[in-house]
Amino acid sequence: MDWKRFAFIFLIIVVLIGAVVMVGITKSPPIITITSMLATTIAVATPLTLGALSGVFCERAGVVNIGIEGMMLTAAFFGWLGAIFMFHVFDFDKWPSILIGLVTAILAGALMGLLHAVLSITYKVDQIIGGTVINILAVGLTGFLNRQMFFGRGSAFGGQIPNSPGNLLNVHVPLTEVFTPICGNSTNCMDVVNALNSVLDQRPIAISAILLVFISHYVLFNTRWGLRTRAVGEHPKAADTVGINVVRMRYANVLIGGALAGLAGAYFTIESVPSFEPLLTNGRGFISLAAMIFGNWTPIGAWTSALVFGASQAFNIKMQLFREVIPPQWAFLQQSYVVGLIPYILTMIILTGIIGRTTPPAADGVPYEK
Amino acid sequence: MQSETQSGSVTKGFTRSALDALLIPLLAIFTAVILGGIIIVSVGGNPFLAYFGLLQGSFGSAKALSETAVWATPYIFAGLAVALAFKGGLFNIGAEGQLALGATTSALIGYALPGWLGMDIPAFIHLPLVVIVGMAAGAFWAAIVGFLKAYTGGHEVINTIMMNYIALNTISFLLNGPMKDNAPNNVSARTPLIAESAQIAPIFDGLRVHWGFILALLAAFLVWWMLTKTTLGFEIRTVGANPDAAKYAGINVKRTIILTMAISGMLAGLAGTIEVTGLNYRHELGFSIGYGFDAIAIALLGKSHPLGVVLAAILFAAMRNGATRMQFLTQLPVDLISMLQALILLFVAADAIIRYIYRIKSQGERVVLTRGWGG
Repeated sequence: MDWKRFAFIFLIIVVLIGAVVMVGITKSPPIITITSMLATTIAVATPLTLGALSGVFCERAGVVNIGIEGMMLTAAFFGWLGAIFMFHVFDFDKWPSILIGLVTAILAGALMGLLHAVLSITYKVDQIIGGTVINILAVGLTGFLNRQMFFGRGSAFGGQIPNSPGNLLNVHVPLTEVFTPICGNSTNCMDVVNALNSVLDQRPIAISAILLVFISHYVLFNTRWGLRTRAVGEHPKAADTVGINVVRMRYANVLIGGALAGLAGAYFTIESVPSFEPLLTNGRGFISLAAMIFGNWTPIGAWTSALVFGASQAFNIKMQLFREVIPPQWAFLQQSYVVGLIPYILTMIILTGIIGRTTPPAADGVPYEK
Repeated sequence: MQSETQSGSVTKGFTRSALDALLIPLLAIFTAVILGGIIIVSVGGNPFLAYFGLLQGSFGSAKALSETAVWATPYIFAGLAVALAFKGGLFNIGAEGQLALGATTSALIGYALPGWLGMDIPAFIHLPLVVIVGMAAGAFWAAIVGFLKAYTGGHEVINTIMMNYIALNTISFLLNGPMKDNAPNNVSARTPLIAESAQIAPIFDGLRVHWGFILALLAAFLVWWMLTKTTLGFEIRTVGANPDAAKYAGINVKRTIILTMAISGMLAGLAGTIEVTGLNYRHELGFSIGYGFDAIAIALLGKSHPLGVVLAAILFAAMRNGATRMQFLTQLPVDLISMLQALILLFVAADAIIRYIYRIKSQGERVVLTRGWGG
């Protein structure tokens, strides 16, 4: 990603946060607003970040993935179902159940990734169609099983949805411990550390999403695996000539992509709220896709774009909180529809190429024929 | 010039190719039905009773037939929209937004115009006006995407998805605010009822099937005629098959892309308009959800051929309509239908699987439906 787009993204986030600070100035001091706004942004951007990473891995290897939405939805459902089954049917304790739910979600995502790989790599189905099939299949599968498992005849749960064992809790990031000796007696320094602490006061999947961004960046651009992945996505024939197994590389990366989308799905039912409802991903897989393109097929670019989308969502949440102190001339901002439009319009502007051109991998979407 | 020889071929060749085109979808449906049966057995249901219920609920009586036609009407329009775009090498995932926008604008003209003019409008002016406005709204919404594709290369898949959300957000705002039904005890986000002069009449007394269904069949014929018999249709198909060749043949590719999207959006807008004028007499938030993907499935199942789209739309409509009867007879959830439809679509899309199972040789070259982000 070029500096122009980073500057653009940075500007949007600053404007969104600035607007919230101004609106809420009478209710909470700027520093509190800023940190809580950033914290919310990171939290709500988590599934978008992971979904966008899923797209980056698939598409860098040359497989277009518009099935992120379906992979997320499937994973969200099976993760939640897995946790409930462990908890209620096999009488596991709370935490093992949740953990197994998390693993189930990742596996479910990977399985949908496998389906996408089989369709688009082995059977050379048009990859956009393949992704659409995954999206439709996910809606049908989760809708059917959700109804059948809990309300169908012979249901193990007798016509009602049992309580889930719960969700993941905030993790402690040891910033204070690390920085106390460094800061010494400087209160300014400690203020900064405290502010950082409240921004990073996140749950495990949110934290791992940030780590995964940098891990993905390293893997894609600094390892042999990454070089090979990009080679099969840019010029599979050349990669094949030098002995890289194109099909295997593509399979592996689509599976990784599926697993990442699975983790994104786990965010909804294992981390955010411990419940499932049909269609709960509500288009966030598509926003991830947009974030990936917005970020020009790079992990860090995708993450910053996901943060823009997260910030506009956080903006809406904060506007609801400041409802009673909002000055009348700003009242229109409360209409979540107004600010809700920003990410979509931005994506379309980005796609026009006004703010730097996006360049997909050269062989993205093209099945490999020997 | 392959298309020339195709359209000029003799009847025997036509039936032959029609059979070939039908074979894969039919086998896909058959395979999905078998797999669906296995799923039903595995959850302890009776597949024969379930499928019997499905058939009885969709074709078993005059009322069932009428309801199937009611379901099929928007499916045909929206399926045609996606199919036409496919023919032009474009993937319109935005049928849902175009449909919702068509429904919203025609509802607005339907209920508010008499008030604005301060008089009753005769039906022969009001109804066509409402339909035209709905069509224009859908066409406009999709043409924006076509314009961006033609002049900036912005991919239509992403842009139609974004336009969906922009449309749905805007419509949520309108239906919760300026356009909300002010009836005393209304809490839902919906418009007031449209004037009687903007309503399409039912075909038979006592049944809900309306003239919109006939209009949908007519639209399918017109799309077929346009695609095969007119210059525009030839241009659309040529640009869809090979934009570079089209350019060298002197076709204005940019104009064709915009026109293809506009006509596609117009058809999707019609789907919404006809639902408002013929069935619901108002637009309600959430009604349009799911039509976009169903339309894609129908277009794929129909192999993007207008007749195929009509058959696929009737099949999907019958499944949706028969599902209630199936649930009544077997206590299986209605959502089973979505599973079945997804399986059908899976096998249609991955025809290689079907060819492998039934040992069918591949016929000629593959049809390019969409291209990667770069194209």
